[in-house]
Amino acid sequence: MTAPAVPADGTQQQAPPPSRRKRTPRKVLNTFLWYASAVLMAAFIIVPIYLIFVSATTPADATYNYPKSLLPEGIDTDNIQKFVNASGVIDAFWRSVIAGVITVVLALGIGAPAGYAIARYVFRGRDGYRLVVLSTRAFPIVILSIPLAVTFRNFGIYDTVWGVALMHTALALPFAVLITSSVFVSIPRELEEAAQTLGCSPARAFLRVSLPLALPGLTAAAIFTWVLSWNDVFAAAVLTLRNPTLPARILTSLTQASLPWQFAAAFVMLVPSLIVIFIIRRYLLGLWGRVVK
Amino acid sequence: MSEIRLERIHKIYKETRAVDDVSLHISQGEFMVLLGPSGCGKTTLLRSIAGLEEIDAGSVVIGERDVTEMPPRNRKIAMVFQSYAVFPHMSVYENIAFGLRMQKLDKDVIDKRVKSSAELLHIENLLDRYPSQVSGGQRQRIAVARAIAMESEVLLMDEPLSNLDALLRLEMRAELKRLLNEIGSTTVYVTHDQVEAMSMGDRIAVMRAGKILQLGKPLDIYQRPVDRFVGGFIGNPPMNFIAASVDRNGSGLIAGVEGAGSVKVDEEGGELLKSYVGKPVMLGIRAENIDVQREPTEGATLQAHVLVVEPLGSHDLLTCQLGGELIKVATRPDMEVRADEDIHLALEHERTVWMDPESQRTIGM
Repeated sequence: MTAPAVPADGTQQQAPPPSRRKRTPRKVLNTFLWYASAVLMAAFIIVPIYLIFVSATTPADATYNYPKSLLPEGIDTDNIQKFVNASGVIDAFWRSVIAGVITVVLALGIGAPAGYAIARYVFRGRDGYRLVVLSTRAFPIVILSIPLAVTFRNFGIYDTVWGVALMHTALALPFAVLITSSVFVSIPRELEEAAQTLGCSPARAFLRVSLPLALPGLTAAAIFTWVLSWNDVFAAAVLTLRNPTLPARILTSLTQASLPWQFAAAFVMLVPSLIVIFIIRRYLLGLWGRVVK
Repeated sequence: MSEIRLERIHKIYKETRAVDDVSLHISQGEFMVLLGPSGCGKTTLLRSIAGLEEIDAGSVVIGERDVTEMPPRNRKIAMVFQSYAVFPHMSVYENIAFGLRMQKLDKDVIDKRVKSSAELLHIENLLDRYPSQVSGGQRQRIAVARAIAMESEVLLMDEPLSNLDALLRLEMRAELKRLLNEIGSTTVYVTHDQVEAMSMGDRIAVMRAGKILQLGKPLDIYQRPVDRFVGGFIGNPPMNFIAASVDRNGSGLIAGVEGAGSVKVDEEGGELLKSYVGKPVMLGIRAENIDVQREPTEGATLQAHVLVVEPLGSHDLLTCQLGGELIKVATRPDMEVRADEDIHLALEHERTVWMDPESQRTIGM
């Protein structure tokens, strides 16, 4: 059998494929605008990051030079060292890490079961519940923080990483619930049922089948939560005094600090976030790919 | 291998009765098919046996044990799901071994059982692969191998072939039948495909709206459907239903078809139709139980007009106008019936079922 497109006389009439259309000036302009706006948006993010990197690694006296050099004049770690050695910075760094870890554990520990329930069980008011979960984000942190500071003082957790972590957990929970529920929705229920007919209790079916399959998505949710905690400055600033997290510590001395010190602080704050964002991107793309399917 | 006794099972979702007072006894080693259109409750009934669905009333007994309150893991069942439900994060070997590991069997025993069930399904060369690396048909085989490796008392199958393409389904149908025959397990098999049900089942339970309409051997159901729905659902083409009216003719009865003539009612039919004299009835007959004649004979008393001839190789399928209705008639290809021809039909008496036009149920069943 030959392809039916070939006419009987053997000559191949090369009709242009119907999908390829002419390049009109209008189309070229559209394409140009499309790419131009993409470049602009990328620059909006990348340029400040680059400038922070250059400024943080420029020797302190060169920071005030005008015009500013756009290329790093060698890598100088002096500013960064000064910032790291400033009083309380290392302690604050560790407090941030600990608050982040506690937040991740609490947010996923509470949020993942809720997400699982939303994904698996049909119960009265499920849609309403989903909405209520999100609506907690409708309250500005300002409104939440001040009464919380008073309450935390009464409970004796004011000015501790626990207080900050609890606040961050409250902020992160809606996302944790929604992300994990979409992860569990993407895992067919029949897999768990099959495990149950093969001898598993419901809990064991979850541990042996659903959990391993959900792990990439749960990791993404964990990283997302961690970044949220790491970047929060407002709640941490209100809820701590002598034991600030890193953003809160930087905030307290921002007005008095020299420009090189500020750039170094920005740099130290940025690097961990950038690293996790690159990791999250990999996992989130995989996750969304599965959910969309 | 055990029998299954379902007693008065009820399952109600909000307003609908998914399973409505169903009792069913499946004997040891039997291949029982639950057949019906989608939404008829067949899958719910199967899941009730598995314990994946909590029933609202009734009891499930497997062997000597009342398992009504037991979770699936204690029921000694194995199940094949419509979507196969093969674990994507485990190798084929681990998939088949999963249930055996849950029973904490000896490593050697597990290995032996995994390999022998893989061999039965001809997937022994796939054991190291992952489900994403094999075809849909092979995944289906993994699911079946995983179920039979359990060597459970009861095997439950929920439309296991419906996701395969037509050719593969045909092949797998015969293979499954051979396999289940070989291992001799009690099997409950859910399908909406009447050909699958006819060809595989020892018995068929035809379901609709949560109830079992008819329970019996495939051929019995085929030849003597309990009502119009079953007659139309089973068989391809569906059974013909012809409106007729009963009258006396000497000592016997005849059934007249308006605009086409009348047929003699045999003695057995006459007994059934005694109370229908002067009233309408519905006559049910399958395409292959109608004999085609070119000239009217003593038996061929109905006149019909051929509209369409479909040569199918083994037989020609005719669509005929009989009175005001269209019927399907199967005839030998060598008769060379042509469209637009007038023909005469004889109905096989013992293959004719009489139904009440009001209730649409077969009279005398």
